[in-house]
Amino acid sequence: MSSARKRPFNTLAMHGALILYTLIALFPVFVILINSFKTRKKIFREPLALPDAESFSLVGYQTVLKQGDFFLYFQNSLIVTVASLALVLLFGAMAAFALSEYRFRGNLLMGLYLALGIMIPIRIGTVAILDLMVSTGLVNTLWALILVYTAQGLPLAVFILSEFMRQVSNDLKDAARIDGLSEYTIFGRIVLPLVRPALATVAVFNMIPIWNDLWFPLILAPAEEVKTLTLGSQVFIGQFVTDWNAVLSALSMAILPVLLLYVIFSRQLIRGLTSGAVK
Amino acid sequence: MTALSLNSVNKSFGPVEVLKDINIEVEEGEFTVFVGPSGCGKSTLLRLIAGLEDASSGEITIGGDLVNHVPPSKRGIAMVFQSYALYPHLNVRGNMSLALKQEGQSKAVIEERVAEASRMLDLDAYLDRFPSELSGGQRQRVAIGRAIVRQPKLFLFDEPLSNLDAALRMNTRLEIANLHQALKTSMIYVTHDQTEAMTLADKIVVLRDGRVEQVGSPMELYNNPANRFVAGFLGAPAMNFLPAGLLADNGASEIGIRPEDLRLDADGPLTVQVKHVERLGGDTNLIGRLSGPMAEAAQGEAGQITVRLFGQHEITLGQELRLGYAAEKAFYFDSEGGRLKV
Repeated sequence: MSSARKRPFNTLAMHGALILYTLIALFPVFVILINSFKTRKKIFREPLALPDAESFSLVGYQTVLKQGDFFLYFQNSLIVTVASLALVLLFGAMAAFALSEYRFRGNLLMGLYLALGIMIPIRIGTVAILDLMVSTGLVNTLWALILVYTAQGLPLAVFILSEFMRQVSNDLKDAARIDGLSEYTIFGRIVLPLVRPALATVAVFNMIPIWNDLWFPLILAPAEEVKTLTLGSQVFIGQFVTDWNAVLSALSMAILPVLLLYVIFSRQLIRGLTSGAVK
Repeated sequence: MTALSLNSVNKSFGPVEVLKDINIEVEEGEFTVFVGPSGCGKSTLLRLIAGLEDASSGEITIGGDLVNHVPPSKRGIAMVFQSYALYPHLNVRGNMSLALKQEGQSKAVIEERVAEASRMLDLDAYLDRFPSELSGGQRQRVAIGRAIVRQPKLFLFDEPLSNLDAALRMNTRLEIANLHQALKTSMIYVTHDQTEAMTLADKIVVLRDGRVEQVGSPMELYNNPANRFVAGFLGAPAMNFLPAGLLADNGASEIGIRPEDLRLDADGPLTVQVKHVERLGGDTNLIGRLSGPMAEAAQGEAGQITVRLFGQHEITLGQELRLGYAAEKAFYFDSEGGRLKV
């Protein structure tokens, strides 16, 4: 790190590579954004041109806001994502704490069993899940999605968080026990704040697939009042005609909340609280 | 009154026996040091007393109450950890007051006790700082402060000085000794450093491989070690062990002589070739190898001998010296390492 700082060429190369990557990563988003503000003709004729006075149009946004219950979709997506994330983080952290902190029979086996979930895609079980949701009457409710996403996110969350929790000094937890803190307080007041960066990582990793998912909303909750944003945007994509203005506008608006959540979590990602805890 | 008593305490982790039949009594107000090489079980023993581990069998009594199944916070103990174990997200004041808040003490009491501890430990200027903003020595003082505010019946220290540098270690050692004088509370202190044990303790418990080797005051242990291990472990530089063959005919297999009990003596029975000289000003330490008639019996480790001479001496490397010792200063050990009283 320090050697790279001293050499201007290294710094230049490093930043060059990073800037190039950023451009490549942001290009599709940029194209969606600019085209969402253009007329349909201009989208096809000059997809890479910036909107100007002649081509500027808000027709896409107007369609989206008028047609379909866009705000409801928006709200559904947000509820599903936030609730799933909260449950994943809560249960994931609790399971990770138990696995990393307590010696009990079957600890290792339990850890491996949970890790198995990372390797087996949950979509394989779609039919069974649908069956389950039908018999529990949860089809076409947001709960169906929240439960599925929680299950989907837990394995990785437990895996990452238990690794991090093992690194929290045992002395710290013992000191808290001597100070009279209960195991729940140790979990909540000592360990969780120290693994905040890991929590943020897990949240970001889970957030985007949940927000973008089309599969489970389509199968488990296709009803109008529980449609998510991704599913809702599909009304503009037809078999023969696609309203590109509306699709692009919907996508542009869909980026915003994820961006917002990411900003919230990424602050935590960077903050390292452990320094100075133990020598 | 007995502050702590351990009654045939055993601890095993699975098939591994870590502590075997430990019997220790700590009197009220006593400063007791558990000392032993790493892996001897001394930290585990401390954790048993603290309640962080459960004893496999045996009784642990603190202040007359059986505490085997009492949680750590209810045992009337406070512990200071080697790694300080300060809560990183709380400032110094928060660190010190957390246990009291947990006990449900009133704000006034908390404030008063924190103020008193911080005055004793000179922490007034740092009360609003976070652990990451403190130096190692300050962190250790906060850790001690956190223990003091609880006003425990028994203090437990787990190698509290190991993370400090040499100068600071000596200061903090002194502070702990003063603290003990001021508080007059029983303290148990775990260390692998025999200097800390000798300087701080009223009573030393020497442990090896999960067994108590000997219990006694520092000078008792120094002057009258029960066996070769205790003799070799306490005292710096360590005791010299020589094959007894040519020096004694009382059935001993080894003779132990402390470096300071050897003296230059032209008629002495030992001949030593000087390999290294450490000049400390006040003392001169010679490290040499036995030569002459005894050299053959003492190969390798056994042939090395350390002599501690008072004052400054002109000695050149390779020089041969004759050494003598007073017979009553020698310790005799049998082949099992047990002490032979002669």
